[in-house]
Amino acid sequence: MATEPAAAESTVPSLVDRYFTRWYKADVKGKPCEDHCILQHSNRICVITLAESHPVLQNGKTIKNISYQISTNCSRLQNKVSGKFKRGAQFLTELAPLCKIYCSDGEEYTVSSCVRGRLMEVNENILHKPSILQEKPSTEGYIAVVLPKFEESKSITEGLLTQKQYEEVVVKRMNATTATS
Amino acid sequence: MFPLTEENKHVAQLLLSTGTCPRCIYRFCGVDFHAPYKLPYKELLDELQKFLETEKDELILEVPNPPPKKIRLQELEDGIDGIDNLSQNGEGRISVIEDGSIASKNSNLNVCNVCLGILQEFCEKEFIKKVCQKVEASGFEFTSLVFSVSFPPQLSVREHAAWLLVKQEMGKQSLSLGRNDIVQLKEAYKWITQPLFSEELGVPIDGKSLFEVSVVFAHPETVEDCHFLRAICPDCFKPAKNKQSVFTRMAVMKALNKIKEEDFRKQFPCPPNSPKAVCTVLEIECAHGAVFVAGRYNKYSRNLPQTPWIIDGERKLESSVEELISDHLLAVFKAESFNFSSSGREDVDVRTLGNGRPFAIELVNPHRVHFTSQEIKELQQKINNSSNKIQVRDLQLVTREAIGHMKEGEEEKTKSYSALIWTNKAIQKKDIEFLNGIKDLKIDQKTPLRVLHRRPLAVRTRIIHSMETCYVDEHHFHLYLKTQAGTYPFAFRIAIL
Repeated sequence: MATEPAAAESTVPSLVDRYFTRWYKADVKGKPCEDHCILQHSNRICVITLAESHPVLQNGKTIKNISYQISTNCSRLQNKVSGKFKRGAQFLTELAPLCKIYCSDGEEYTVSSCVRGRLMEVNENILHKPSILQEKPSTEGYIAVVLPKFEESKSITEGLLTQKQYEEVVVKRMNATTATS
Repeated sequence: MFPLTEENKHVAQLLLSTGTCPRCIYRFCGVDFHAPYKLPYKELLDELQKFLETEKDELILEVPNPPPKKIRLQELEDGIDGIDNLSQNGEGRISVIEDGSIASKNSNLNVCNVCLGILQEFCEKEFIKKVCQKVEASGFEFTSLVFSVSFPPQLSVREHAAWLLVKQEMGKQSLSLGRNDIVQLKEAYKWITQPLFSEELGVPIDGKSLFEVSVVFAHPETVEDCHFLRAICPDCFKPAKNKQSVFTRMAVMKALNKIKEEDFRKQFPCPPNSPKAVCTVLEIECAHGAVFVAGRYNKYSRNLPQTPWIIDGERKLESSVEELISDHLLAVFKAESFNFSSSGREDVDVRTLGNGRPFAIELVNPHRVHFTSQEIKELQQKINNSSNKIQVRDLQLVTREAIGHMKEGEEEKTKSYSALIWTNKAIQKKDIEFLNGIKDLKIDQKTPLRVLHRRPLAVRTRIIHSMETCYVDEHHFHLYLKTQAGTYPFAFRIAIL
């Protein structure tokens, strides 16, 4: 699986690292390893992405199809916002589903919002070219953009893991796996 | 020349005897030229008396003393019984009283029952002088003025009551004076006071003047006079958000237009009763309309926001473009506050070079407004000497329309940018040559994430007119852009293959 190109000099921070803070949620909805990464901009807008440990981003996985139709009555593609205050946006809770990813091996994964707020937009490019999701999960392959309420902008990260905490979780998992194998 | 004629006699008699002042009497007799109103009060009263005391069976009123400038409570208390007698009679027919002293007190109306003193002491020279003193003390520089006055709403109610009374009386004589022939209180007041202001302050009265002197009257004693209207026309008195009282002049006028005569007369005495005191002066204020200063600014700092950067009460970065320019203007124009606007803006960490960005500053309520071009030049120099983060040029006084023109620039002009580009991948000169050939590139820009929290989500089509490159080394080159206004200049991507 292609990862994002490494920087020419390791000291040059990426666009993501310059403007966003990474927050993580592990084992979303109790499903093992379905980790999400929330990129929080300094203006409180959150970009929902898959963390690198997510099954969909692992070697050998092929995405067959992605759908934003999360229920009979609700498609994230129908989301329309207007004005400065983004009226009309679909409101999301932490567990609200954003999209469903269907893989060629028959596995099905649901991506959740992880933060409360108004849905700004979902990434339509991954519908046409699902491989972008795997190639550039933190930039062009993002899932959705969410605008949390102003009052909640600080509290939304309370239930999330920092980069460091997430890395510890991943290490623990690997140790557990090696222990059992 | 005495303005009243024979046919006005009954109305004038009726009004005078029920406590109405001479000037209001003139108004209700349709006297629509200025001169009579400007005569001194005593003279008006004397002339009126003379005019009225011709027939035998009319009550002969003694020539009363002119009302004292400050109504003393005792005198009023003495006269109250008599006055009450009058108002109870409704129609105000005075019974002949043998004891002339009470009659003279009755007829010597202290406070006019219609204008509550507005056309008595409040239009005379002494009061105007008092207002002018305040105007002069306020420290404003002005070459003309517009005078605005505000009366308590209950005056409209009294005016209406007096009108109904007069209409009834004229009906008896089949006179044809219509409501529109009655001179408005405010109009008569301005006829008298405007020349006095002009003379005292030495400037002309001009409706278009930016300098406004405003006087607000109130009459606390009769504040509840309007309240009965709410019961009869409740939909005229809906509480609006920012208003203290629901009984505004507009609302009261609306209700008075709606209410039926019988209903009005049941609730409010016609003629109106005589109050104990004259109006109070709630406020005398002066204000000058905003003036506008425009120019262009250059920004040489990469650490300066355009407007103060304050989050949760804490200032994040010292100063701002607008403060560095406006603080000096605020001081020199002695203004209350300012509004800074510019034709577009740049980020904190971006410099503004070249001729500079057009800006305009609205100075609110300036006390000083006249400056020679030399003084403006000196002001510009002062601003430029005080900071090396910004520089100002072409500083000048402009009209309000100038802001509109400047904002057009924000939408319609072309903007030029330059940036130093770093590339991850190593590049050669030939790799970026192609950029120079791109002309009028159309791009569709979605609102960038970094401003999405405060801008609507939208797609905007913009044009990049031209680009020019200047190779520096394998990882750097200068890029010059000319774009359409409203473009996010570095929010687009071109693959360099």
